Amino acid sequence: MTALVGVVVFPGSNCEMDCVESVGLLGGEGRLLWHGDDDVSGVDAVIVPGGFAHGDYLRPGAIARFSPVMSAVARFAADGGPVVGICNGFQVLTEAGLLPGALQKNSGLKFLCQPSTIRVSSENSSLTSRASVGDELSIPINHFEGNYTCDSETLAKLRGEDMIVLRYVDNPNGSVDDIAGVCNEGRNVVGLMPHPERACNEILGSSDGGVLLGSLLDLAA
Amino acid sequence: MKFKVQVDVSLRSGIADPAGATIERALPALGYEGVSGVSVGKTIRFTIEASDQEEAEAHAEDLCASFLINPVIEDATVTVEAGNGDL
Repeated sequence: MTALVGVVVFPGSNCEMDCVESVGLLGGEGRLLWHGDDDVSGVDAVIVPGGFAHGDYLRPGAIARFSPVMSAVARFAADGGPVVGICNGFQVLTEAGLLPGALQKNSGLKFLCQPSTIRVSSENSSLTSRASVGDELSIPINHFEGNYTCDSETLAKLRGEDMIVLRYVDNPNGSVDDIAGVCNEGRNVVGLMPHPERACNEILGSSDGGVLLGSLLDLAA
Repeated sequence: MKFKVQVDVSLRSGIADPAGATIERALPALGYEGVSGVSVGKTIRFTIEASDQEEAEAHAEDLCASFLINPVIEDATVTVEAGNGDL
C-alpha cells in the first residue's frame, strides 16, 4: 500500500512542496494539510515542514502551535503515529511540547545556508530505521535559529535514553552536544534542523535524505 | 477596570546569549571600555481588563507562562499597574 504522508501548511511555510515531491520520488504520496484543519485526514505519517510559520513572530513556532491542526497532530503522535518536524517544523514541535528542548539563535548570529554532514546517532526512530549508527549523510541546513539547547537534566536523559538521533560532524550553529535531531520517548516523533527533502535526488547534490524520509515511509506503509 | 502590563523577557541564566556577546565584543571598537554583562531581551506591553489587581496579575502571569515566553530558555518579569492607555 502506498504510504500517505500529510504535510502541514501554515501561513509562511515554504518547504511543503519539496516534501511532497520527495515523498513522491520515494514511492509514497504526499498530501497537504491546512493548518486550520482540525484533523489529519487519515494519513499514515505527518511532516511539519520548514519555513516561517506565522512569520516566526514572538518566537519560531510559538504561534503555529496554536493552529487547530497541531491538536490533531498531537493526538496522532500520542497514538504512536510517525511525525517528523524539519527545520521550522522542529521548532514548532518543541514549542508544542512534542519534543524536548528549544532552538535559539545560531551561536555565530549568522543565517546558515550550506551543505552539512550529519552522523546517525540512533537508528531506533521513525526517521532513521533504514540507517546505521555512524552513517554520515550530506544534507543541507538553512536556518538562523537552529542552536539546540536544553537543561542539563534533559540532556542527560536524551543521552541516557538514546534520544539523540542525529549529530553534526562539524557543529555549525553551537547546538549542545552537536545535536542536529532528537526524538521523543516513544521514538515516533523526530525533529531535525537539516532538510532531508532537499537531498532526495542526485541532481540536487545529494540523495542521502532518502535514507531518512524512506525510513518514515517504511513505518507509514 | 483596565490594567497596564509590561512583560520583560530575558534569557535564563546559563543559556548562551549570542546577541549580547556580539554587542559586548563590539563596544571597545567604538571606544567604550569597561562594559560587561551585556544581555539582550525583549519587552512586551499590553492592556488587560480585570476586576482587581490580583486578577489582572493572575491573567498576565498565565498568558506569560502559556504563550509569551518559552520556559526552556526564557524568564520573565511581569509588572501590572492600574491604568489605561499606553505605558
